[in-house]
Amino acid sequence: MSSSDRFRLREFAVTSLTKYYEGLEQVIRTDRMPHIFCPGCGLGIILKGLAEAILKSGIPINRHVGVSGIGCTGRLPGYLRIDAYHVTHGRAVAFAVGLKLANPELEVTVVGGDGDIVTIGGNHFIHAARRNHDINVIIVNNFIYGMTGGQYGATTPTGSYTTTSPYGHVEYPFNIPLLAYASGATFIARWTPIHYAQMVDAFLQMFEHKGFAVVEIIAPCVLYGERNRFPSYTDMVKYFRDRCVIDHEADLRKIGISLDPKEPLVIGNFYKVRRKTYEELYKELIERVSKEGAKE
Amino acid sequence: MNLEKLLVPVGFLQISPELCKGCGFCIEFCPRNVLEFSEDVNSRGYHYPIIRKGMEMSCSACGMCQRICPDYAIYLEKVEKIPAKKVIR
Ligand code: SF4
Ligand code: SF4
Repeated sequence: MSSSDRFRLREFAVTSLTKYYEGLEQVIRTDRMPHIFCPGCGLGIILKGLAEAILKSGIPINRHVGVSGIGCTGRLPGYLRIDAYHVTHGRAVAFAVGLKLANPELEVTVVGGDGDIVTIGGNHFIHAARRNHDINVIIVNNFIYGMTGGQYGATTPTGSYTTTSPYGHVEYPFNIPLLAYASGATFIARWTPIHYAQMVDAFLQMFEHKGFAVVEIIAPCVLYGERNRFPSYTDMVKYFRDRCVIDHEADLRKIGISLDPKEPLVIGNFYKVRRKTYEELYKELIERVSKEGAKE
Repeated sequence: MNLEKLLVPVGFLQISPELCKGCGFCIEFCPRNVLEFSEDVNSRGYHYPIIRKGMEMSCSACGMCQRICPDYAIYLEKVEKIPAKKVIR
């Protein structure tokens, strides 16, 4: 058998991704492929993982809702065959809270970048976590504002070079799992797209969990990489492969990200606790008041 | 070990050069080092992965490349059980 028999380069129509992607066509809008994300970006893998988790979640696809703000990651729910809302910058969590309150049957998932959720929408994020709304938040942390050209944000590691910090960034970054924990989130995980199976598993746990679930995905970004120590497309994923340490019991205070070549990058399913959600408490309140009657 | 009787899985890949954006993730993460960049480019100017010469039977069907590809451009078309003798050289 010649090598051309063994290995065929064949054009397959994008709208009929076969075999492995067969099931995913129910969830991914294959007619819109190839997607807009840069070569070397992790969002395509996250899209695939989220689609797989939606399929496996056991919740009907028409009950899933995606909400996103502005940014590269904001484009992601648009590629899913579910109801998706694209709202103003940073307000994705606020919008999702309203959606969940209006129809508690929905499985509301916010997908946003670090700039969208913890920088511009930081206030909405901490207060939704405090009230323990039953929504899911996927934060794709690529350390930078990618779509607008690579400005620094609240998660840019100290010393990074970006468009707005050409001499090195002087601020300290957020540690998202610790921020989520301190604000009251009840499920916290952190993975990278190259830990694909674990990432899908974390998404499934997130769908199952009742309460405010936060999954931080550390994503490779070429715009961040090219100005820092990761000039080629694969440098950041190689760094994740070499430096990631899976520790589910990690002390959240010690897992800030510096992207230092000697520091480990701690990932895992860090925290899970069952606490009454805002929706449950509010329902109880309504029942109690309607039984007792309103106060004079 | 009877290499005639021992069956090992061999994966056969399919690649869409037009979907590929040449990120190289599949090449970097293939544990058997089966893939390399092509000399040719697709219509958008990206080099796509091809199988290294002489490694047509080396893919162990682990599926890492299809998991890691952000652009849905590569997948395992079929997996066959083939006697180890034909695979190991
Ligand atoms: S299936 Fe595994 S061994 Fe085969 S080409 Fe892909 S990564 Fe390499
Ligand atoms: S991972 Fe996909 S997009 Fe990247 S080089 Fe391989 S086939 Fe092309």
